[in-house]
Amino acid sequence: MDWLNAGVQGVLLGGQYALLACGLSLIFGVMRIVNLAHGVLAVLAAYLSLVLVQQGLPLWLAIVVVVPVFAALGYAVQRGLFNPALAQARGRTSGELAPLLVSFGVAVALTNLLQEVFSADTRKIPTGELASAGLPLGQLSIGVLPLITLIVAAVVIAGVQLFLARTATGRAMRAVADDAGAAAMVGVDPKHMYAVATALAFATLALAGVFVGMSTQFSPGHGDLVLLFAFEVVIIGGLGSLWGTLAGGVVLGLAQTIGAQIDPQSGVLAGHIVFLAVLVVRPGGLITRGTTSGSVPA
Amino acid sequence: MNVLEATGLEVRYGDLTAVDGVALTLAEGETLAVLGANGAGKSTLLAALAGTHLPTSGSVLLDGEPVTRVPAHRRVRRGIALVPEGRRIFGSLTVEENLLMGRYPKRPGPWDLRAVYDMFPQVAEMRDRRGSVLSGGQQQAVAIGRALLANPRVLLLDEASLGLAPTVVTQIYDAVRRITAAGTTALVVEQDLDQALRVADRVQCLLGGRTVLEAPAAGLDRDTVADAYFGITHPPPPPR
Repeated sequence: MDWLNAGVQGVLLGGQYALLACGLSLIFGVMRIVNLAHGVLAVLAAYLSLVLVQQGLPLWLAIVVVVPVFAALGYAVQRGLFNPALAQARGRTSGELAPLLVSFGVAVALTNLLQEVFSADTRKIPTGELASAGLPLGQLSIGVLPLITLIVAAVVIAGVQLFLARTATGRAMRAVADDAGAAAMVGVDPKHMYAVATALAFATLALAGVFVGMSTQFSPGHGDLVLLFAFEVVIIGGLGSLWGTLAGGVVLGLAQTIGAQIDPQSGVLAGHIVFLAVLVVRPGGLITRGTTSGSVPA
Repeated sequence: MNVLEATGLEVRYGDLTAVDGVALTLAEGETLAVLGANGAGKSTLLAALAGTHLPTSGSVLLDGEPVTRVPAHRRVRRGIALVPEGRRIFGSLTVEENLLMGRYPKRPGPWDLRAVYDMFPQVAEMRDRRGSVLSGGQQQAVAIGRALLANPRVLLLDEASLGLAPTVVTQIYDAVRRITAAGTTALVVEQDLDQALRVADRVQCLLGGRTVLEAPAAGLDRDTVADAYFGITHPPPPPR
Protein backbone atom coordinates (compact mmCIF):
# COMPACT_ATOMS: atom_id res chain seq x y z
CA MET A 1 0.00 0.00 0.00
CA ASP A 2 2.91 2.36 0.72
CA TRP A 3 4.22 1.75 -2.76
CA LEU A 4 0.85 2.43 -4.33
CA ASN A 5 0.63 5.60 -2.29
CA ALA A 6 4.10 6.64 -3.47
CA GLY A 7 2.99 6.05 -7.05
CA VAL A 8 -0.18 8.14 -6.71
CA GLN A 9 1.65 10.97 -4.94
CA GLY A 10 4.36 10.81 -7.60
CA VAL A 11 1.87 11.29 -10.43
CA LEU A 12 0.30 14.21 -8.56
CA LEU A 13 3.71 15.80 -7.93
CA GLY A 14 4.43 15.30 -11.62
CA GLY A 15 1.57 17.66 -12.43
CA GLN A 16 3.35 20.51 -10.69
CA TYR A 17 6.64 19.68 -12.40
CA ALA A 18 5.01 19.49 -15.82
CA LEU A 19 3.32 22.86 -15.29
CA LEU A 20 6.70 24.31 -14.26
CA ALA A 21 8.43 22.88 -17.32
CA CYS A 22 5.82 23.87 -19.91
CA GLY A 23 7.16 27.41 -20.40
CA LEU A 24 10.79 26.27 -20.48
CA SER A 25 9.89 23.71 -23.14
CA LEU A 26 7.98 26.26 -25.22
CA ILE A 27 10.76 28.87 -25.23
CA PHE A 28 13.35 26.26 -26.07
CA GLY A 29 11.16 24.73 -28.79
CA VAL A 30 10.48 28.02 -30.56
CA MET A 31 13.85 29.79 -30.29
CA ARG A 32 16.42 27.38 -28.79
CA ILE A 33 16.91 29.56 -25.72
CA VAL A 34 17.40 27.82 -22.39
CA ASN A 35 15.91 30.45 -20.12
CA LEU A 36 17.98 30.20 -16.95
CA ALA A 37 15.77 32.82 -15.29
CA HIS A 38 12.81 30.43 -15.54
CA GLY A 39 12.96 29.28 -11.92
CA VAL A 40 13.45 32.64 -10.25
CA LEU A 41 10.69 34.14 -12.42
CA ALA A 42 8.31 31.45 -11.13
CA VAL A 43 9.37 32.39 -7.60
CA LEU A 44 8.77 36.06 -8.43
CA ALA A 45 5.22 35.14 -9.49
CA ALA A 46 4.77 33.36 -6.15
CA TYR A 47 5.95 36.46 -4.25
CA LEU A 48 3.68 38.75 -6.26
CA SER A 49 0.62 36.62 -5.55
CA LEU A 50 1.63 36.39 -1.88
CA VAL A 51 1.78 40.20 -1.70
CA LEU A 52 -1.62 40.51 -3.39
CA VAL A 53 -3.15 37.93 -1.05
CA GLN A 54 -1.67 39.79 1.93
CA GLN A 55 -3.31 42.95 0.58
CA GLY A 56 -6.62 41.14 0.96
CA LEU A 57 -7.23 39.87 -2.56
CA PRO A 58 -8.71 36.40 -2.83
CA LEU A 59 -6.20 33.93 -4.26
CA TRP A 60 -8.08 33.35 -7.51
CA LEU A 61 -8.11 37.09 -8.18
CA ALA A 62 -4.37 37.30 -7.44
CA ILE A 63 -3.84 34.62 -10.10
CA VAL A 64 -6.06 36.48 -12.55
CA VAL A 65 -3.85 39.56 -12.02
CA VAL A 66 -0.42 37.90 -11.94
CA VAL A 67 -0.77 35.72 -15.06
CA PRO A 68 -1.51 38.57 -17.54
CA VAL A 69 1.13 40.75 -15.87
CA PHE A 70 3.66 37.99 -16.50
CA ALA A 71 2.52 37.58 -20.09
CA ALA A 72 3.18 41.30 -20.64
CA LEU A 73 6.52 40.96 -18.83
CA GLY A 74 7.41 38.04 -21.10
CA TYR A 75 6.65 40.07 -24.20
CA ALA A 76 8.80 42.95 -22.91
CA VAL A 77 11.71 40.70 -21.82
CA GLN A 78 11.79 39.06 -25.24
CA ARG A 79 11.74 42.35 -27.17
CA GLY A 80 14.13 44.12 -24.82
CA LEU A 81 16.62 41.41 -23.82
CA PHE A 82 16.35 38.09 -25.65
CA ASN A 83 15.76 39.39 -29.19
CA PRO A 84 18.86 41.62 -29.15
CA ALA A 85 20.84 38.69 -27.71
CA LEU A 86 19.53 36.38 -30.43
CA ALA A 87 20.45 38.93 -33.10
CA GLN A 88 23.96 39.05 -31.64
CA ALA A 89 24.18 35.29 -31.55
CA ARG A 90 23.10 35.03 -35.21
CA GLY A 91 25.56 37.79 -36.11
CA ARG A 92 28.15 35.62 -34.34
CA THR A 93 29.68 38.48 -32.41
CA SER A 94 29.24 36.55 -29.19
CA GLY A 95 28.33 33.05 -30.28
CA GLU A 96 25.24 31.01 -29.49
CA LEU A 97 25.78 31.62 -25.79
CA ALA A 98 24.50 35.21 -25.79
CA PRO A 99 20.82 34.51 -24.99
CA LEU A 100 21.82 31.94 -22.35
CA LEU A 101 24.14 34.45 -20.67
CA VAL A 102 21.49 37.17 -20.74
CA SER A 103 18.99 34.85 -19.04
CA PHE A 104 21.67 33.91 -16.50
CA GLY A 105 22.19 37.60 -15.76
CA VAL A 106 18.46 38.07 -15.28
CA ALA A 107 18.36 35.08 -12.92
CA VAL A 108 21.22 36.34 -10.75
CA ALA A 109 19.99 39.93 -10.60
CA LEU A 110 16.40 38.94 -9.89
CA THR A 111 17.38 36.50 -7.11
CA ASN A 112 19.33 39.26 -5.38
CA LEU A 113 16.55 41.76 -5.87
CA LEU A 114 14.06 39.35 -4.28
CA GLN A 115 16.38 38.93 -1.32
CA GLU A 116 16.65 42.70 -0.90
CA VAL A 117 12.89 43.12 -0.96
CA PHE A 118 11.61 39.98 0.77
CA SER A 119 14.69 38.82 2.77
CA ALA A 120 15.83 35.20 2.70
CA ASP A 121 12.99 34.03 5.00
CA THR A 122 10.88 31.22 3.66
CA ARG A 123 7.24 32.02 2.83
CA LYS A 124 4.18 30.18 1.70
CA ILE A 125 1.02 31.40 0.02
CA PRO A 126 -1.77 30.77 2.54
CA THR A 127 -4.48 28.53 1.11
CA GLY A 128 -6.53 27.88 4.25
CA GLU A 129 -8.18 24.48 4.31
CA LEU A 130 -7.07 23.64 0.77
CA ALA A 131 -3.52 22.90 1.97
CA SER A 132 -4.57 19.91 4.04
CA ALA A 133 -7.76 18.86 2.22
CA GLY A 134 -7.73 15.30 0.92
CA LEU A 135 -10.06 13.00 -0.94
CA PRO A 136 -10.20 9.47 0.44
CA LEU A 137 -9.59 6.85 -2.23
CA GLY A 138 -9.70 3.38 -0.71
CA GLN A 139 -7.02 3.53 1.93
CA LEU A 140 -5.22 6.34 0.12
CA SER A 141 -5.71 10.03 0.47
CA ILE A 142 -5.48 12.23 -2.61
CA GLY A 143 -4.46 15.80 -1.79
CA VAL A 144 -6.94 18.25 -3.29
CA LEU A 145 -4.29 20.89 -4.07
CA PRO A 146 -1.93 18.47 -5.90
CA LEU A 147 -4.94 17.10 -7.78
CA ILE A 148 -5.98 20.60 -8.87
CA THR A 149 -2.36 21.28 -9.89
CA LEU A 150 -2.26 18.13 -12.03
CA ILE A 151 -5.56 19.00 -13.71
CA VAL A 152 -4.41 22.58 -14.35
CA ALA A 153 -1.13 21.26 -15.78
CA ALA A 154 -2.95 18.91 -18.15
CA VAL A 155 -5.39 21.63 -19.23
CA VAL A 156 -2.61 24.20 -19.77
CA ILE A 157 -0.46 21.79 -21.78
CA ALA A 158 -3.42 20.62 -23.85
CA GLY A 159 -4.40 24.25 -24.41
CA VAL A 160 -0.93 25.30 -25.55
CA GLN A 161 -0.75 22.21 -27.76
CA LEU A 162 -4.12 23.02 -29.36
CA PHE A 163 -3.06 26.63 -29.84
CA LEU A 164 0.09 25.50 -31.64
CA ALA A 165 -1.68 22.85 -33.72
CA ARG A 166 -4.92 24.57 -34.66
CA THR A 167 -4.57 28.35 -34.76
CA ALA A 168 -2.98 30.53 -37.44
CA THR A 169 -0.75 32.16 -34.83
CA GLY A 170 0.33 28.77 -33.48
CA ARG A 171 1.10 27.62 -37.01
CA ALA A 172 3.16 30.77 -37.56
CA MET A 173 5.00 30.07 -34.31
CA ARG A 174 5.93 26.58 -35.54
CA ALA A 175 6.98 28.05 -38.88
CA VAL A 176 9.27 30.54 -37.12
CA ALA A 177 10.75 27.67 -35.08
CA ASP A 178 11.48 25.80 -38.33
CA ASP A 179 12.96 28.70 -40.29
CA ALA A 180 12.63 32.26 -39.05
CA GLY A 181 13.94 33.73 -42.30
CA ALA A 182 11.43 31.83 -44.43
CA ALA A 183 8.65 32.81 -42.01
CA ALA A 184 9.57 36.47 -42.53
CA MET A 185 9.26 35.90 -46.29
CA VAL A 186 5.61 34.90 -45.88
CA GLY A 187 4.80 37.88 -43.67
CA VAL A 188 5.48 36.70 -40.12
CA ASP A 189 7.56 39.04 -37.97
CA PRO A 190 9.86 36.61 -36.13
CA LYS A 191 10.69 39.13 -33.37
CA HIS A 192 7.00 39.60 -32.61
CA MET A 193 6.33 35.86 -32.80
CA TYR A 194 9.20 35.12 -30.40
CA ALA A 195 7.75 37.67 -28.01
CA VAL A 196 4.29 36.08 -28.23
CA ALA A 197 5.85 32.68 -27.45
CA THR A 198 7.69 34.12 -24.44
CA ALA A 199 4.54 35.89 -23.26
CA LEU A 200 2.71 32.55 -23.36
CA ALA A 201 5.61 30.82 -21.62
CA PHE A 202 5.73 33.45 -18.87
CA ALA A 203 1.97 33.15 -18.33
CA THR A 204 2.27 29.38 -17.75
CA LEU A 205 5.37 29.93 -15.62
CA ALA A 206 3.51 32.44 -13.43
CA LEU A 207 0.67 29.97 -12.93
CA ALA A 208 3.20 27.29 -12.03
CA GLY A 209 4.94 29.65 -9.63
CA VAL A 210 1.70 30.33 -7.77
CA PHE A 211 1.06 26.59 -7.39
CA VAL A 212 4.61 26.08 -6.12
CA GLY A 213 4.06 28.90 -3.64
CA MET A 214 0.87 27.27 -2.39
CA SER A 215 2.39 23.83 -1.85
CA THR A 216 5.99 24.55 -0.83
CA GLN A 217 7.95 26.84 1.47
CA PHE A 218 9.84 29.13 -0.87
CA SER A 219 12.60 31.74 -0.59
CA PRO A 220 14.38 33.85 -3.24
CA GLY A 221 16.90 31.04 -3.79
CA HIS A 222 14.18 28.47 -4.42
CA GLY A 223 14.27 29.33 -8.12
CA ASP A 224 17.43 27.24 -8.60
CA LEU A 225 15.61 24.08 -7.58
CA VAL A 226 12.58 25.01 -9.70
CA LEU A 227 14.80 25.55 -12.75
CA LEU A 228 16.61 22.27 -12.13
CA PHE A 229 13.39 20.25 -11.89
CA ALA A 230 11.85 22.00 -14.89
CA PHE A 231 14.98 21.37 -16.92
CA GLU A 232 15.01 17.69 -15.93
CA VAL A 233 11.37 17.36 -16.94
CA VAL A 234 12.04 18.89 -20.35
CA ILE A 235 15.01 16.58 -20.97
CA ILE A 236 13.21 13.47 -19.75
CA GLY A 237 10.13 14.26 -21.83
CA GLY A 238 12.03 15.25 -24.96
CA LEU A 239 13.08 18.72 -26.03
CA GLY A 240 10.31 20.74 -27.57
CA SER A 241 7.54 18.17 -27.16
CA LEU A 242 4.78 19.43 -24.87
CA TRP A 243 3.08 16.06 -24.34
CA GLY A 244 6.56 14.77 -23.57
CA THR A 245 6.82 17.52 -20.97
CA LEU A 246 3.66 16.25 -19.25
CA ALA A 247 5.02 12.69 -19.34
CA GLY A 248 8.42 13.92 -18.14
CA GLY A 249 6.81 15.66 -15.18
CA VAL A 250 5.04 12.48 -14.16
CA VAL A 251 8.23 10.41 -14.58
CA LEU A 252 10.25 12.83 -12.43
CA GLY A 253 7.50 12.98 -9.79
CA LEU A 254 7.29 9.19 -9.68
CA ALA A 255 11.08 8.83 -9.47
CA GLN A 256 11.20 11.22 -6.51
CA THR A 257 8.34 9.71 -4.49
CA ILE A 258 9.34 6.12 -5.18
CA GLY A 259 12.95 6.98 -4.41
CA ALA A 260 11.83 8.55 -1.14
CA GLN A 261 9.85 5.38 -0.39
CA ILE A 262 13.04 3.35 -0.72
CA ASP A 263 15.05 5.81 1.37
CA PRO A 264 13.41 8.97 2.75
CA GLN A 265 16.61 10.97 2.18
CA SER A 266 17.04 9.98 -1.45
CA GLY A 267 13.90 11.17 -3.25
CA VAL A 268 15.49 14.09 -5.10
CA LEU A 269 18.59 12.01 -5.81
CA ALA A 270 16.44 9.31 -7.44
CA GLY A 271 14.97 11.98 -9.72
CA HIS A 272 18.43 13.11 -10.76
CA ILE A 273 19.47 9.51 -11.45
CA VAL A 274 16.44 8.92 -13.70
CA PHE A 275 17.27 12.19 -15.49
CA LEU A 276 20.86 11.03 -16.04
CA ALA A 277 19.70 7.60 -17.17
CA VAL A 278 17.38 9.14 -19.77
CA LEU A 279 20.21 11.37 -21.00
CA VAL A 280 22.42 8.30 -21.46
CA VAL A 281 19.88 5.86 -22.88
CA ARG A 282 17.52 8.16 -24.79
CA PRO A 283 19.18 11.56 -25.21
CA GLY A 284 16.23 12.72 -27.32
CA GLY A 285 13.83 12.16 -24.43
CA LEU A 286 11.09 9.59 -23.85
CA ILE A 287 8.75 11.18 -26.39
CA THR A 288 10.85 11.86 -29.43
CA ARG A 289 10.17 14.42 -32.07
CA GLY A 290 7.77 13.56 -34.84
CA THR A 291 5.50 11.29 -32.81
CA THR A 292 3.25 14.11 -31.65
CA SER A 293 1.62 16.08 -34.41
CA GLY A 294 1.73 19.79 -34.00
CA SER A 295 4.40 19.92 -31.35
CA VAL A 296 7.03 22.59 -31.64
CA PRO A 297 10.04 20.72 -32.97
CA ALA A 298 13.33 20.79 -31.18
CA MET B 1 2.44 52.44 -64.10
CA ASN B 2 5.19 49.99 -63.28
CA VAL B 3 4.36 47.47 -60.60
CA LEU B 4 7.97 47.28 -59.47
CA GLU B 5 10.70 49.78 -60.14
CA ALA B 6 14.24 49.77 -58.80
CA THR B 7 16.85 52.44 -59.47
CA GLY B 8 20.54 52.62 -58.66
CA LEU B 9 20.44 49.59 -56.37
CA GLU B 10 23.68 48.90 -54.56
CA VAL B 11 23.81 45.93 -52.20
CA ARG B 12 26.81 44.92 -50.16
CA TYR B 13 27.90 41.98 -48.05
CA GLY B 14 30.55 43.53 -45.87
CA ASP B 15 33.21 44.86 -48.24
CA LEU B 16 31.85 42.96 -51.23
CA THR B 17 29.55 44.90 -53.53
CA ALA B 18 27.27 42.17 -54.92
CA VAL B 19 24.90 44.48 -56.78
CA ASP B 20 26.42 47.64 -58.18
CA GLY B 21 23.95 50.18 -59.47
CA VAL B 22 21.23 48.01 -61.03
CA ALA B 23 17.95 49.46 -62.31
CA LEU B 24 14.96 47.42 -63.34
CA THR B 25 11.28 47.85 -64.09
CA LEU B 26 8.38 45.44 -64.17
CA ALA B 27 5.18 46.45 -65.91
CA GLU B 28 1.79 45.03 -64.97
CA GLY B 29 1.47 41.42 -66.15
CA GLU B 30 5.02 41.30 -67.43
CA THR B 31 7.55 38.53 -66.77
CA LEU B 32 11.18 39.57 -66.50
CA ALA B 33 14.00 37.02 -66.41
CA VAL B 34 17.17 38.07 -64.66
CA LEU B 35 20.04 35.96 -65.94
CA GLY B 36 23.68 35.60 -65.06
CA ALA B 37 26.36 33.24 -63.86
CA ASN B 38 27.06 32.34 -60.24
CA GLY B 39 28.06 35.44 -58.32
CA ALA B 40 26.57 37.83 -60.88
CA GLY B 41 24.38 39.31 -58.15
CA LYS B 42 21.00 37.85 -59.17
CA SER B 43 19.95 36.43 -55.82
CA THR B 44 21.26 39.48 -53.99
CA LEU B 45 19.17 41.68 -56.28
CA LEU B 46 16.11 39.60 -55.40
CA ALA B 47 16.96 39.85 -51.71
CA ALA B 48 16.98 43.64 -52.01
CA LEU B 49 13.63 43.59 -53.83
CA ALA B 50 12.07 41.20 -51.28
CA GLY B 51 13.57 43.01 -48.30
CA THR B 52 15.57 40.10 -46.90
CA HIS B 53 18.80 42.04 -47.41
CA LEU B 54 18.48 45.82 -47.52
CA PRO B 55 20.45 47.83 -50.11
CA THR B 56 23.10 50.38 -49.13
CA SER B 57 21.75 52.82 -51.71
CA GLY B 58 19.15 53.09 -54.42
CA SER B 59 15.40 52.76 -54.21
CA VAL B 60 12.65 50.20 -54.71
CA LEU B 61 9.13 51.34 -55.60
CA LEU B 62 6.09 49.10 -55.44
CA ASP B 63 3.16 50.60 -57.36
CA GLY B 64 4.96 53.92 -57.08
CA GLU B 65 5.35 53.73 -53.31
CA PRO B 66 8.86 53.49 -51.84
CA VAL B 67 9.50 50.20 -49.97
CA THR B 68 13.31 50.37 -49.98
CA ARG B 69 13.72 50.10 -46.19
CA VAL B 70 10.58 48.04 -45.48
CA PRO B 71 11.53 44.69 -43.89
CA ALA B 72 10.61 41.46 -45.69
CA HIS B 73 7.68 40.49 -43.46
CA ARG B 74 5.93 43.79 -44.13
CA ARG B 75 6.85 43.87 -47.80
CA VAL B 76 5.01 40.60 -48.50
CA ARG B 77 1.91 42.12 -46.88
CA ARG B 78 2.19 44.89 -49.48
CA GLY B 79 2.45 42.40 -52.31
CA ILE B 80 6.04 41.29 -52.99
CA ALA B 81 6.24 37.51 -52.52
CA LEU B 82 9.52 35.64 -52.81
CA VAL B 83 9.99 31.98 -53.71
CA PRO B 84 13.43 31.66 -52.15
CA GLU B 85 16.44 29.79 -53.42
CA GLY B 86 16.50 26.37 -51.78
CA ARG B 87 12.69 26.44 -51.35
CA ARG B 88 12.83 26.99 -47.56
CA ILE B 89 9.83 24.73 -46.87
CA PHE B 90 8.80 24.46 -43.20
CA GLY B 91 9.91 20.90 -42.48
CA SER B 92 7.73 20.15 -39.46
CA LEU B 93 4.58 21.62 -41.00
CA THR B 94 2.36 19.61 -43.32
CA VAL B 95 2.11 20.56 -46.98
CA GLU B 96 -1.26 22.19 -46.39
CA GLU B 97 0.07 24.08 -43.36
CA ASN B 98 2.99 25.27 -45.48
CA LEU B 99 0.53 26.57 -48.05
CA LEU B 100 -1.66 28.16 -45.38
CA MET B 101 1.40 30.11 -44.20
CA GLY B 102 1.15 31.86 -47.56
CA ARG B 103 -2.28 33.10 -46.45
CA TYR B 104 -0.71 34.78 -43.39
CA PRO B 105 -0.72 38.28 -44.95
CA LYS B 106 -4.45 37.80 -45.72
CA ARG B 107 -4.24 39.53 -49.09
CA PRO B 108 -7.39 39.14 -51.19
CA GLY B 109 -7.12 37.77 -54.71
CA PRO B 110 -7.74 34.83 -57.02
CA TRP B 111 -5.34 32.39 -55.34
CA ASP B 112 -6.76 30.10 -52.69
CA LEU B 113 -5.93 26.54 -51.64
CA ARG B 114 -8.18 25.07 -54.34
CA ALA B 115 -6.53 27.10 -57.11
CA VAL B 116 -3.07 26.01 -55.94
CA TYR B 117 -4.15 22.36 -55.74
CA ASP B 118 -5.58 22.65 -59.26
CA MET B 119 -2.27 24.08 -60.44
CA PHE B 120 -0.22 21.38 -58.69
CA PRO B 121 -2.32 18.17 -58.42
CA GLN B 122 0.62 16.22 -56.99
CA VAL B 123 0.77 18.72 -54.12
CA ALA B 124 -2.91 18.10 -53.35
CA GLU B 125 -2.18 14.40 -52.94
CA MET B 126 0.57 15.18 -50.44
CA ARG B 127 -1.38 17.69 -48.37
CA ASP B 128 -1.06 15.81 -45.07
CA ARG B 129 2.61 14.91 -45.44
CA ARG B 130 5.28 16.84 -43.62
CA GLY B 131 7.33 19.32 -45.62
CA SER B 132 10.57 17.56 -44.69
CA VAL B 133 9.66 14.34 -46.54
CA LEU B 134 8.96 15.98 -49.92
CA SER B 135 11.19 15.60 -52.97
CA GLY B 136 12.91 18.68 -54.37
CA GLY B 137 10.33 19.13 -57.11
CA GLN B 138 7.43 18.76 -54.68
CA GLN B 139 9.07 21.28 -52.35
CA GLN B 140 9.46 23.70 -55.24
CA ALA B 141 5.78 23.34 -56.12
CA VAL B 142 4.79 23.95 -52.48
CA ALA B 143 7.09 26.97 -52.28
CA ILE B 144 5.52 28.48 -55.40
CA GLY B 145 2.02 27.69 -54.13
CA ARG B 146 2.84 29.26 -50.76
CA ALA B 147 3.97 32.48 -52.46
CA LEU B 148 0.91 32.54 -54.74
CA LEU B 149 -1.44 32.28 -51.75
CA ALA B 150 -0.19 35.70 -50.67
CA ASN B 151 -1.89 36.93 -53.87
CA PRO B 152 1.17 39.02 -54.65
CA ARG B 153 1.36 42.05 -56.92
CA VAL B 154 4.69 40.65 -58.04
CA LEU B 155 6.08 37.14 -57.70
CA LEU B 156 9.85 36.77 -57.28
CA LEU B 157 11.19 33.36 -58.22
CA ASP B 158 14.77 32.54 -57.26
CA GLU B 159 16.56 29.68 -59.07
CA ALA B 160 13.52 27.42 -59.26
CA SER B 161 15.46 24.86 -61.35
CA LEU B 162 18.31 24.46 -58.86
CA GLY B 163 19.07 20.83 -58.00
CA LEU B 164 16.06 19.41 -59.87
CA ALA B 165 15.97 16.78 -62.61
CA PRO B 166 15.41 18.22 -66.12
CA THR B 167 11.91 16.72 -66.44
CA VAL B 168 10.93 18.19 -63.07
CA VAL B 169 12.34 21.58 -64.09
CA THR B 170 10.17 21.46 -67.21
CA GLN B 171 7.07 20.67 -65.11
CA ILE B 172 7.84 23.53 -62.72
CA TYR B 173 8.30 25.99 -65.59
CA ASP B 174 5.12 24.71 -67.27
CA ALA B 175 3.36 25.81 -64.11
CA VAL B 176 5.23 29.13 -64.05
CA ARG B 177 4.07 29.73 -67.63
CA ARG B 178 0.46 29.11 -66.69
CA ILE B 179 0.81 31.40 -63.66
CA THR B 180 2.30 34.28 -65.63
CA ALA B 181 -0.09 33.71 -68.55
CA ALA B 182 -2.94 34.22 -66.05
CA GLY B 183 -1.65 37.76 -65.52
CA THR B 184 0.66 37.49 -62.51
CA THR B 185 3.58 39.89 -62.72
CA ALA B 186 6.77 37.93 -62.16
CA LEU B 187 10.51 38.30 -61.89
CA VAL B 188 12.38 35.07 -62.51
CA VAL B 189 16.01 34.62 -61.58
CA GLU B 190 17.41 31.67 -63.44
CA GLN B 191 20.66 30.05 -64.59
CA ASP B 192 18.84 27.73 -66.98
CA LEU B 193 18.68 29.92 -70.08
CA ASP B 194 16.16 27.80 -72.00
CA GLN B 195 13.63 27.71 -69.18
CA ALA B 196 14.04 31.44 -68.57
CA LEU B 197 13.46 32.27 -72.22
CA ARG B 198 10.32 30.07 -72.22
CA VAL B 199 8.56 32.19 -69.64
CA ALA B 200 10.10 35.65 -70.00
CA ASP B 201 8.78 38.66 -71.91
CA ARG B 202 12.01 40.48 -71.28
CA VAL B 203 15.52 39.51 -70.24
CA GLN B 204 18.04 41.35 -68.14
CA CYS B 205 21.51 39.90 -67.85
CA LEU B 206 23.82 40.64 -64.92
CA LEU B 207 27.59 40.35 -64.78
CA GLY B 208 29.63 41.34 -61.76
CA GLY B 209 26.64 43.07 -60.18
CA ARG B 210 25.91 45.24 -63.23
CA THR B 211 23.38 45.02 -66.03
CA VAL B 212 25.15 44.03 -69.24
CA LEU B 213 22.17 43.20 -71.45
CA GLU B 214 18.52 44.17 -71.47
CA ALA B 215 16.31 42.98 -74.31
CA PRO B 216 12.90 41.56 -75.20
CA ALA B 217 12.90 37.78 -74.96
CA ALA B 218 11.13 37.29 -78.30
CA GLY B 219 13.65 36.71 -81.07
CA LEU B 220 16.55 36.99 -78.68
CA ASP B 221 19.64 35.24 -79.96
CA ARG B 222 20.75 32.59 -77.48
CA ASP B 223 24.41 33.30 -78.25
CA THR B 224 23.97 36.99 -77.49
CA VAL B 225 22.66 36.11 -74.06
CA ALA B 226 25.40 33.53 -73.51
CA ASP B 227 28.08 36.07 -74.40
CA ALA B 228 26.62 38.63 -72.03
CA TYR B 229 26.24 35.88 -69.43
CA PHE B 230 29.94 35.12 -69.47
CA GLY B 231 31.12 38.61 -70.42
CA ILE B 232 32.82 37.34 -73.56
CA THR B 233 32.01 40.26 -75.87
CA HIS B 234 31.79 43.94 -75.17
CA PRO B 235 28.09 44.51 -74.70
CA PRO B 236 26.43 47.80 -75.49
CA PRO B 237 25.84 50.03 -72.46
CA PRO B 238 22.57 49.23 -70.70
CA PRO B 239 19.68 51.40 -71.88
CA ARG B 240 18.33 53.76 -69.23
